[in-house]
Amino acid sequence: MHEMSLCESIISVLEAEAARQSFSRVKHIWIEVGAFSGAEPESMKFCFDAVSRGTLAEKAVFEIVTLPGEASCFSCGETVRLNERFDPCPRCGSHQLQVTGGEDLRIRELEVD
Amino acid sequence: MCATCGCGSGETRIVPLNIGSVMDFKPISCGHGAHAPGLSKTRIVQIEQDILSKNDALAARNRAAFAAAGHFALNIVSSPGSGKTTLLERTIRDLSAALPIAVIEGDQETSNDAERIRAAGAQSIQINTGRGCHLDADMVGRAYDQLRPRTGSVLFIENVGNLVCPSSFDLGEAARVVLFSITEGEDKPLKYPDIFASADIVLVSKIDLQPYLDCDLALIEANIRRVNRKARIMHVSARSGDGLEHWYGWLGQSARQCVA
Repeated sequence: MHEMSLCESIISVLEAEAARQSFSRVKHIWIEVGAFSGAEPESMKFCFDAVSRGTLAEKAVFEIVTLPGEASCFSCGETVRLNERFDPCPRCGSHQLQVTGGEDLRIRELEVD
Repeated sequence: MCATCGCGSGETRIVPLNIGSVMDFKPISCGHGAHAPGLSKTRIVQIEQDILSKNDALAARNRAAFAAAGHFALNIVSSPGSGKTTLLERTIRDLSAALPIAVIEGDQETSNDAERIRAAGAQSIQINTGRGCHLDADMVGRAYDQLRPRTGSVLFIENVGNLVCPSSFDLGEAARVVLFSITEGEDKPLKYPDIFASADIVLVSKIDLQPYLDCDLALIEANIRRVNRKARIMHVSARSGDGLEHWYGWLGQSARQCVA
């Protein structure tokens, strides 16, 4: 359940940003979670609710934007979307793929006051 | 401990090398602190920051410290019971006369593994993560400062037995080694693709058991290749010694390059 650690890291980033950008409360937070990031969105929501209590982000709306997996295929040269890391290229069936997207785990935007 | 969610000090601890008090330290930040003073007008702030940025910065610091000291650092990851500690014990017994080895051990509880490593003849320090399911760069940096490996040592960081959570946390290692015993089933790389995708080396272990199992080694290799095109794959047995010459050869060569 490393999502708890990830949410602790989010709070840590929010506190640093609060000091830097002069805000005292986070009302809405948008997180990007890639399909291959290793984090489970539902688990992130559950953990954020627990970890944010008593912080500047308590009761903030926690919104997750999931990003699809993306890979570049060495056989057909196309950039393709993947549902799973082990899926073959949907165009040519090759497994000669290099994952190029979907590993993100980022805080994108905040609504603050 | 934090009254809100239970995080905080009293969780992770490094077991001191000399028996004595246990050093507690806080996780990266629980953040349940005072609110920052500021303006009160609602606005949108774009921050575009990686959630793991703090861990990654600490991992970069570890990596620089390891490189400066000529320590070739390896993050050893596997499910519980696939033979990480046994492989390290054997590696230490076979190599430590020629190659100094130090080990940072990660487990939820007990110092059993650090004691096994010391009995095998290497420096070792134990991190107990409490309820934590993985090591992070902060824990490793603190343990490394206490351990002070000899110059030119290979530094093994034995992660908590877990094929999920450790995959996201860079510790500052030069290479990540995923250990995978043949009793675990050929489809393990597909069930846990993130950790196998992040591997530089996959050690397929306990191959001495092959005559007693219906395990298809070619299928294991094919499944690893479905999620990782580049990792070097080696077949080893810490009990019989089969295949260890490849592991030792790679280790010795990499360690020499690291010091050079």
